Amino acid sequence: MAPMRSIVVGCGRVGAGIAEHLARAGHEVVVIDISTDAFSRLEPDFPGTAVRGDGTDEAVLRRAGTEGADYFFALTEGDNRNILSAQLAEEIFAVPHVVAKVNDPVRAEAYTTLGLSTLCRTTTLVDDLGRFAGLPAMPGAEGVRTASGHHAHGPADIGGAATNLPGSVGAPASSARER
Amino acid sequence: MYVIVVGGGKVGYFLTKELLAAGHELVLLEKDPRRAHQIADEFGSIVMAKDGCEGKHLAEAGASRASIVAAVTGDDEDNLVVCQMAKHHFAVPRTIARVNNPRNEPLFRHLGVDEIISPTRMVLGAIEQDIPVHELLHLAQLEGGELEVLEAQIGPGSPAVGRHPGDIHLPDGCTLFILIRDEIAQAIRPDSVFEVGDKVIAITRTDCSAELHEQLIGDEPTPELVGQP
Repeated sequence: MAPMRSIVVGCGRVGAGIAEHLARAGHEVVVIDISTDAFSRLEPDFPGTAVRGDGTDEAVLRRAGTEGADYFFALTEGDNRNILSAQLAEEIFAVPHVVAKVNDPVRAEAYTTLGLSTLCRTTTLVDDLGRFAGLPAMPGAEGVRTASGHHAHGPADIGGAATNLPGSVGAPASSARER
Repeated sequence: MYVIVVGGGKVGYFLTKELLAAGHELVLLEKDPRRAHQIADEFGSIVMAKDGCEGKHLAEAGASRASIVAAVTGDDEDNLVVCQMAKHHFAVPRTIARVNNPRNEPLFRHLGVDEIISPTRMVLGAIEQDIPVHELLHLAQLEGGELEVLEAQIGPGSPAVGRHPGDIHLPDGCTLFILIRDEIAQAIRPDSVFEVGDKVIAITRTDCSAELHEQLIGDEPTPELVGQP
């Protein structure tokens, strides 16, 4: 299998965890966090790349190699930040598999129908605990919920605008990393 | 018209004030209770201490009958989510977002936000207009930085006005080669006469640009830079 490239935004427990997991499985992994301290959650021999920056900033995502990535995980503590970051990945960089962690169930539901795959910790935990207590599984609590709708426009029709943006012409993704 | 404003910072505050004065029906959502309380002293019960990003709160604010939702917080991600929820969940006909990072503008438009207000761009635009334009504009560098292509705008104070190219004392290694007048470019000939409003494209050695400035633009000080009275 050809190595996959994954971008992880937010190096919290979950972000660091999935970054390690993917990297050990042979994925090329870039993890982005606004704080360098967050990278201490990674093992010292983490085989991927860490980039300090704002994961809702298009220039930072580009520098991290989002263009051409296979998977994109938006896992910061802010629902809205994840939503913005994931939509940048989907609409500007046309990443094929994008997940946003959205802990507010209403917002998660809304964005799932809008074309974003979401992971709602609230719903997932409630469902899990309920099943532990012998309740039947809740509908729509299957962990990552894949998008059921889509945006009105495809990524293609923003291409022109996106390439005109400042900073959008740069070094190839793989050369501009920092550890 | 029924308007929902999300974000009670300075922008939200003054927007609310204007809209109320114009006789619109309005609700303002501000998630910080302290700030909400502060503005509620002035505006009364139209201020709700709620987070407008939550669908529940937009519903309580009556989003389904709003004509306009304006998201003017200082956080782009919040403004985007408010507008998307309003548009797609409550079918609000017109959504307005404040965009602080100008790079987000195309994304917001693409995702269906109807109107974009970019304070950053407005401030930059206003400042650029105040910066004097009677300057040499550096267009390109050649020969590894030895030579420069410059554009000079001939203003009323320029010593070149009414003169032929041969009458202008140019430093060595400096050539005037194109004149742009009324958006038409023409080669500079010995019989050309410079007029106010002309733009001149020149090639010069990098170290001669000060002399070129003196000859084409003049050396009167820029009014903005003269000391305060």
